[in-house]
Amino acid sequence: MIYFDKVSKVYFDKSLALDDVSFTIEPGEFVSVVGHSGAGKSTLLKMIIAEEKPTEGKVFFESVDVHSLSHRRIPDLRRRVGSVFQDFRLLPNKTTFENIAFTMEAAGRSDEEVQSDVPHVLELVGLDDKMWHFPFELSGGERQRVAIARALVNQPDLLIADEPTGNLDPVTTHEIMEIFKKINDIGTTVILTTHNKGVIDKLGKRVLTLERGRLVRDDKEGRYVI
Amino acid sequence: MIVNLKRVIRAGSINFWRNSAVAMASIFVLTVTLLVIGSLILGSTYLNSTLEGIRSRVDISVTFKTDVNENAVLVLKEDLELLPEVREVSYASREQELAEFRERHQDNALLIQSLEEVGNPFGARLSILATDPAQYDSVERFLNNYDGGAEGAGGIIDQISFKKDIIDKLLALIDTGQKVGITLSALLVLMSILVTFNTISLTIYIAREEISVMRLVGADNSYIRGPFVIEGVIAGTIAALISIGLLYPVVIWIRNITAGVYGGVDLVSYYISHFGQLFLILLASGIILGVVSGFLAIGRYLKV
Repeated sequence: MIYFDKVSKVYFDKSLALDDVSFTIEPGEFVSVVGHSGAGKSTLLKMIIAEEKPTEGKVFFESVDVHSLSHRRIPDLRRRVGSVFQDFRLLPNKTTFENIAFTMEAAGRSDEEVQSDVPHVLELVGLDDKMWHFPFELSGGERQRVAIARALVNQPDLLIADEPTGNLDPVTTHEIMEIFKKINDIGTTVILTTHNKGVIDKLGKRVLTLERGRLVRDDKEGRYVI
Repeated sequence: MIVNLKRVIRAGSINFWRNSAVAMASIFVLTVTLLVIGSLILGSTYLNSTLEGIRSRVDISVTFKTDVNENAVLVLKEDLELLPEVREVSYASREQELAEFRERHQDNALLIQSLEEVGNPFGARLSILATDPAQYDSVERFLNNYDGGAEGAGGIIDQISFKKDIIDKLLALIDTGQKVGITLSALLVLMSILVTFNTISLTIYIAREEISVMRLVGADNSYIRGPFVIEGVIAGTIAALISIGLLYPVVIWIRNITAGVYGGVDLVSYYISHFGQLFLILLASGIILGVVSGFLAIGRYLKV
């Protein structure tokens, strides 16, 4: 489903974020990308949704070379991938409902679908009682759940999450990870980055380990080893 | 498409009310710009009409001696009307002159009384309007020749009065004033447009994170831009309403301070009779300015 082909990324300041990285991710997999801060984890995820361009190499989503897409076609790709970020990135002037509805509307879904799907997906993440709250009225864990609901509502083939638990306490982290597992169980491919050892060890799923931009380990049922 | 339009309009209106503090800043600068544009329109109308008024009053006034036969004056009038330089000649008889004088000085009892004693001291008068102020010299020459040379007409003219010198200076003054005024106004308009553009750019700068999030969750550019365009339309419309409202006391004020000025148009009645036109110009300028600045400013955040 995802194929990185000898991908390197050098930023303007000549820092090397990714160095000749290649791997494949199959549909339905749950993959964690681990590594220290600055190891290139976020860059790797950003490349999947064309937020960053590789300096060398190619990134494929299914059979499409992500970076050959024109600016106009990129939204189509992003609608097939749900994204969750460490800093949540909710729209501050929109309520929980509107934040999620926005993604559906942007994807051209009908008003009826919006009215029926948003409450449903909020129920899935346990936030159906906070539908009309604004982001500033929600706790960190609640905001992240809104973000996950937003990522899920268009039924994406792939969910990418960049440090989704980075700003959360251990209990909330556990709850969020349970949601990710549930999502993966219903067939969605999940890629997340983290530097939380506890999260990885408990998951027992595939782990890619990055060190200074290089892919140093790829373990089928990995643990956090650095 | 229609669903999208509906959503964009709804989102734009909701954003506008939720960000009312930011919206106020846009409305404020737009209003200032529209006021400048509105004042420019009214000011140039006022100057032009004053200029036109003065031009149409540039005439040669020929006063005849009191003992001149009315027929002789009317013959001269017909001759003058045949000249290509002359646009219009109007005749006022001795009696009309007297009546006019009486009316003008009806409050001055002393003057009226002395007039009763003297009888009618006025001669008949011809007012000659030339097709072009530059033609007055040749009209004057014609009159001098006529008075001195033509048979039967000898010495009927008492006085040829001619305000050309003063009027030329006045016209030159107004002309210069107008040029300076237009240049200054153009600069002012340009400056306020730049300030508006900057302010709106700032309001969009505030929303730059939101714009990138919208891109990242798969919204396409037109869907992101749409609500901002709607916000620009709303801000432009409100600013146009405020400016047209504020211009009304301004024209009343101008009318009051220029009440005694020679030849100007009444700006209040101009404002009222051209209300629709004026409002449409302000509305169009406001909306175009709001939408175009928003549209341009948002572009740089859509590259994600």
